[in-house]
Amino acid sequence: MKNFKIKHFINYALVGALLIFGVIMHFTGSLRPSTAQLFAQIGYGIILAVSLNLVVGFLGELSLGHAGFMCVGAYIGGLFAVMLKQSGLDMKLPVLIIAMIVGGLFAALFGFIIGLPSLRLKGDYLAIVTLAFGEIVRNIFMNQKVFGGAKGLTTGSLIYDTRQSPTLFIVVFIVAIIMLALVQNLVRSKHGRAITAIRDNEIAAKAMGINVTFYKLFVFIVAAFFAGCAGVIYAHTTTPVLYSFFSYNYSIEILVMVVLGGMGSITGSIISAVFITAINFMLQSQLSGDLASLKNVVYAVILVIVVIFSNAPALKSFRERYSISAFFERFRKHDASKRRDDEAKWARVPSKIKMDALLSTDMAPDSDASIHGDISANDKGGSK
Amino acid sequence: MSEVMLRTENLGISFGGLKAAQDVNLTINKGDLYGLIGPNGAGKTTVFNLLTGVYQPTTGKFFLDGEELTGKKQEIINRKGIARTFQNIRLFNNMTVISNVMVALNNLPEYKCSPFASMFRLPKHFETEKKMRDRAKELLDIFGLKEERNTLACNLPYGKQRKLEIARAMATNPKLLLLDEPAAGMNPNETAELMNTIRFVRDNFDMTILLIEHDMKLVGGICEKVTVLNFGQELAKGNTAEVLNDPRVITAYIGEDE
Repeated sequence: MKNFKIKHFINYALVGALLIFGVIMHFTGSLRPSTAQLFAQIGYGIILAVSLNLVVGFLGELSLGHAGFMCVGAYIGGLFAVMLKQSGLDMKLPVLIIAMIVGGLFAALFGFIIGLPSLRLKGDYLAIVTLAFGEIVRNIFMNQKVFGGAKGLTTGSLIYDTRQSPTLFIVVFIVAIIMLALVQNLVRSKHGRAITAIRDNEIAAKAMGINVTFYKLFVFIVAAFFAGCAGVIYAHTTTPVLYSFFSYNYSIEILVMVVLGGMGSITGSIISAVFITAINFMLQSQLSGDLASLKNVVYAVILVIVVIFSNAPALKSFRERYSISAFFERFRKHDASKRRDDEAKWARVPSKIKMDALLSTDMAPDSDASIHGDISANDKGGSK
Repeated sequence: MSEVMLRTENLGISFGGLKAAQDVNLTINKGDLYGLIGPNGAGKTTVFNLLTGVYQPTTGKFFLDGEELTGKKQEIINRKGIARTFQNIRLFNNMTVISNVMVALNNLPEYKCSPFASMFRLPKHFETEKKMRDRAKELLDIFGLKEERNTLACNLPYGKQRKLEIARAMATNPKLLLLDEPAAGMNPNETAELMNTIRFVRDNFDMTILLIEHDMKLVGGICEKVTVLNFGQELAKGNTAEVLNDPRVITAYIGEDE
């Protein structure tokens, strides 16, 4: 393959590594049910973060209603799965997949209905509309008898018994990998270019013949679809599905994953989804009793520290040196040699000054002192 | 006889009580290099915005190659054949030079490919991408930007950014190219190079060009005909040399003799 680039596969490798890690833990018997639950949460966290990144990072529109789409998927897909179970289809995997498609499609439909009028708005206004959407949608579901009203939708028959079969997180990670492939393929195509162009300069994009409305709507619908899928997965991990889970706070949490990972960076979204979900999970399990109220404080402090220090120069250079792509590139022969070339070039730069100085010493042997002066002046300049 | 490429009939727009452009009647023949000049705030860019669909005209109509385009959306007008550059450069800064050109190819029928074909990486996707990349390289080669094709657009020097904007506009395969102050902020050398580029585009692509410019050396050097706007209205039009020496035009620019 001519255009093979390792960075295109890092994301699959990341999710795949998590999956393999989980599977190995399962077969060695060290996978606790709670850890399997955490893996499933990480899985749908990744799906949510990456799909929101498509809207916020690539399209450049602020959406605060992502939990709303998840809510649509969880309720409709969850109910659909329960009904499938009741009608006698007692196979877990097909039910999950069919429910995911149904829930995703309904969320996409909602995305279309919301997106069509509201994508004419920009920036803060769109954020407010999507925020309102998230609140409206969960309250509507709460007031429907079919969905269990305020008691929530009972999805007990869907829950995977993690003690016997941890298949749920395997399925979730496979879904996440498929979603990653679709999103990355979209981003690395003419459509992805059009989407980034809209983010960079909407006026110019319009003048270049880009159908801005179409692309905005399309991205919104795709993101809603995946959020719906994540909602269906959620319905398979928790019972009852409560409307209060899909609150504004959860939308913000997904947004935090995107912002923390870096807008427009899929790898970043994955890493921060794993990180934030794991922190939340651990804090929840570690801080019990009276300390439980400290959870949010500790969580906030960790976020603040990460945001402050993620831009620290020392950490930046550390990241550049030990980044995942650099790590992978070490295995690739010609890239490694190219890098060495670069390093050699840079290594030569300071010595070149000294070399010139030495050369000029030969030409003018009596100006020794001034040359030393030059070099020390140079060093001072460098250390400033 | 040369055929008419762009014709406007009493084209005008008012924002509330302000008549930003009024009764603009342009007739531009195929292959013309036409100048639109006037003092600051005369409504030149407004006319461009009307012709590209950014604003909808409140009065009048305009026709491109005999087809009425009044009231059409920006992307439709672009597909019908009007492309533009901007007064303050509007490149896609965080994208590479070649991507900038490829974005402009997005809407052409020969590079049609559904988003789903791209998402599922169907053969159609690879075929389209390759065709687009080849075409973009060809254009960059013509405009002398081939070496820089993988640099970010924001890292290009100013003159090359202008050039890239023209290349990007040309990628949409227009019939009429609108250049909004292409020489703004350029030094004399860059302006001279730009004049060559504009002439080159006109001759090699058989393009009709309408340009706004304050640099009279450039206008006098390359435009065959000009229209002068003042306070949204046409003040004079005709052959460049005659119009530039018209006392009314000089008054509009530098004021009346006391």
